[in-house]
Amino acid sequence: MNHQFSPAALAAQIESVGVDIEGVNLSYGSNHVLKDVNLAIKPGEFFAFLGPSGCGKTTLLRLIAGFNTAQRGEVRIGGRDISTLPPHRRDVGMVFQSYALWPHMTVRRNVAFGLEERRVPRAEIERRVDAALELVGLKHLADRRPSQLSGGQQQRVALARTIVIEPKILLLDEPLSNLDAKLRVQMRQELLSLQRKLGLTTIFVTHDQEEANTICDRIAVMEDGRVQQVGTPQDLYDHPANLFVAGFLGTANVLDGTVRDDEAGGRAFVGNGFTPVALPAAEAGTGAGGKLMFRPQNLAIRADGQPPAPGKARLTGTVRHREFLGASIRYAVDVGGQLVQVDVPHQAGDALLPPDAPIILDLAADKARFLRQ
Amino acid sequence: MTSLALTRDRIARVRPGPALAALLIAAFLLLFLVVPVVQVIFVAFQDKTTGAFTLVNFADFFQNALFMRSFGNSFYVSAMSVVVASLLALPLAYLTTRFEFRGSVLIQSLGIIPLIMPPFIGAVAMQLLFGRNGSVNLLLRDHFGFSIPFMEGLNGVIFVQSIHYFPFILINLSASLKNIDRAMEESAQNLGCHGFRLFRRIVFPLAMPGYVAGASLVFIKVFDDLGTPLLLNVNDMLAPQAYLRISSIGIADPMGYVISVVLIACSLLALWVSALAMRGKDYATVQRGGGGLAKRRLKPLELVAAYGIVLLILVLVLAPHVGLGLLSFATIWSFSPLPDAFTLKHYHTVFSESGQYITNTLLYASLAALLDVVIGTAIAYLVLRTKLPGRQWLDYIAMAALAVPGVVLGIGYLRSFYGVPMPFTGQPLSNFWLILVFALAIRRLPYALRACTAALQQVSSSLEEAAENLGATKLRTVGRIVVPLMSGGILAGFVTSFATAAVELSATIMLVHSQSDAPLAYGLYVYMQSAAGRGPGAALGIFAVIIVGLGTYLSHVVIERGRRDRSQDH
Repeated sequence: MNHQFSPAALAAQIESVGVDIEGVNLSYGSNHVLKDVNLAIKPGEFFAFLGPSGCGKTTLLRLIAGFNTAQRGEVRIGGRDISTLPPHRRDVGMVFQSYALWPHMTVRRNVAFGLEERRVPRAEIERRVDAALELVGLKHLADRRPSQLSGGQQQRVALARTIVIEPKILLLDEPLSNLDAKLRVQMRQELLSLQRKLGLTTIFVTHDQEEANTICDRIAVMEDGRVQQVGTPQDLYDHPANLFVAGFLGTANVLDGTVRDDEAGGRAFVGNGFTPVALPAAEAGTGAGGKLMFRPQNLAIRADGQPPAPGKARLTGTVRHREFLGASIRYAVDVGGQLVQVDVPHQAGDALLPPDAPIILDLAADKARFLRQ
Repeated sequence: MTSLALTRDRIARVRPGPALAALLIAAFLLLFLVVPVVQVIFVAFQDKTTGAFTLVNFADFFQNALFMRSFGNSFYVSAMSVVVASLLALPLAYLTTRFEFRGSVLIQSLGIIPLIMPPFIGAVAMQLLFGRNGSVNLLLRDHFGFSIPFMEGLNGVIFVQSIHYFPFILINLSASLKNIDRAMEESAQNLGCHGFRLFRRIVFPLAMPGYVAGASLVFIKVFDDLGTPLLLNVNDMLAPQAYLRISSIGIADPMGYVISVVLIACSLLALWVSALAMRGKDYATVQRGGGGLAKRRLKPLELVAAYGIVLLILVLVLAPHVGLGLLSFATIWSFSPLPDAFTLKHYHTVFSESGQYITNTLLYASLAALLDVVIGTAIAYLVLRTKLPGRQWLDYIAMAALAVPGVVLGIGYLRSFYGVPMPFTGQPLSNFWLILVFALAIRRLPYALRACTAALQQVSSSLEEAAENLGATKLRTVGRIVVPLMSGGILAGFVTSFATAAVELSATIMLVHSQSDAPLAYGLYVYMQSAAGRGPGAALGIFAVIIVGLGTYLSHVVIERGRRDRSQDH
């Protein structure tokens, strides 16, 4: 084999593989942490496990790395079941949340570790370590101790240490959570461009929806040990499958009500404080109870009191409080006893509505979604 | 499906390596701790001739006037030692934590110097300085016409023990005072509490667990100590009685075992009281940013008083060292404040006659310390990093050695191993010098184990997982990541075990059967039995102090370096 050791060559040698997770169940005693998890991650994809803390996303990541064992189900990488392999034989590179750099070794020794464990010849180790450090731009710091590096540099060393072994897939456990806000934005672009350069199938665990949205191809939203929905960021935002997904990605307004037939022969959602909202026929049958979900930007203030245009529903309510955000103003409006948020664009000199002012809002019905739960 | 899952689970949990290590350690603890101690308890409840279960031995014990007096004396001496040690420790702890005080460095060394010398080594020197005809009382009588009975009978034991053990209270109490967040005090002030009320309602309750921990440790140590009363010739206490029964009447006499059971029961009681006081009071009160109580400057008069107290205690603390040093160079020192003349001949005697004491000590103590850190590291790893069933029990059993006085362990070894002949020589196994090493190792294991556990807790488990993730097996991970990162703690544990094992007397004295196999502590005891041997004995004592002092200094350096390295990381 004629190995080349430039960063570009490193990338060329990595062959993208997919990850299949099938019917995975894991519990600690009576605590059911993962419930029937099924996922198919495509080769070369940048994939996120997104969810609040305690949802099982890190447990799932550690399951792939082999640090915990499922009671049922299997994990396949590139079609091969790895469920029974010990962690050190899995070839899945993991970057830990704390980076887990060994403080008693220099940067170079840290990065060389995995190759040494693989009995790679010394000269080749040197070359590959250099290439990996060059890739993350830290070749000049090779002889420092981890404690002498900044947080961002430590993160890059952790990354270099992982990719130097040319893993089949890359696992990132909240890699940006220990960085300050500015660095986080910068690192997230670096991660993305590195991932694209290497073509390495990557799984990214985060609780930050903005992080997941900006860099990931697809996201699995998790809650209570279950995958709630899988899709591209836009899919999830525009077509959330349930209230949890709707609320976790962005701000969601929710109104209670029931589905009725309307005069035109279609279906409409009716409830307290608003005129019937026309629903696409497919969404629900007559009599079903449920929620209507829409985003704050789907509402507009009607100051003139004209009847609603076709395709719009009307909400009448009272301003409860407001937040001045600069470009817009977010009003919390009491509509029939339920709070609804509305974003109103703001121009210099515009007057703000005071609390307790009556307010009339129009909702674009085609932007609203009926959700059973 | 279920059975498949179960096997997969089980494979993940029980691996052969850890299981084998656990079995080896369990066998060692069983053989050299559990069996001897259970044996002792067993014999105490056995009829001497028939071997049937009986309480008659205990009835004999409680009806014997000498034993009851010894019991009372042991209790009195331990309690009074706690009181006197508290009197020494309280002002020092208060000074360092409450005030801006330059003498704090002095107080810190005050907390270490006494521990460098085991109390029984200094006991004879204290006799010469503070005894009825010691330097201080001679001077007092000559100039003021009265004397103070510092060293009369039980007073002597209390005096020597409290000077030696007060640092346990000082260290624990200062630590808990330092850990009280300033915000605790300030929020009480903010809510209208101040002065003595503030101290009584906030500071005192928060510092209490530390004090109780130190005090109960002092109580147990004094209660179990054999060497000091023996060297001061105070025999009517429990530990000396146990020793004398076994050594003079023989290992068949049940009284030694009954006393052992009483000693164990009292140790357990004291540990239980301290656990009770600590329960639910693990006040980790230092929050971010804050730390320690508010300190203020001392007023001039207070400063004079403070230095007065510190210097007085310093003189007391240094007295055994100074006395021992003088004694080791003295030709004749009797009925005079200072020796008549000085000589080096005692050191010469020690080197020419008793070199084996020193080499034996170095050999035994280093083997015991090595055993301790190996077992300590292994138990710490098994407990913290594996899911081996029953792993906690290794920790519990090893820690149980805390409640076993040295005399009891010695008696147990005699009882358990005397009847076992060695292969080839046919000598009793209890005479074999390696048995002494095991006794020392068991005695020091709890301290080494805590040091190793603390060291391993500092190693984040993600550091290990990262190594496995990059292709290292468990064993390689332990070798390349875990042990190197624990090395500071392991080394500190080794040095502490070594230094304290080097001057252990209570178990040693029971098990040494020939001068050629004897360690330093035993040699010292033998020398001190005769007036002529006091000089060489003191010279030997100086060696002990040097060994322990160097050890303590080294472990301090190692621990400090580790702390510095860690603080750089963050």
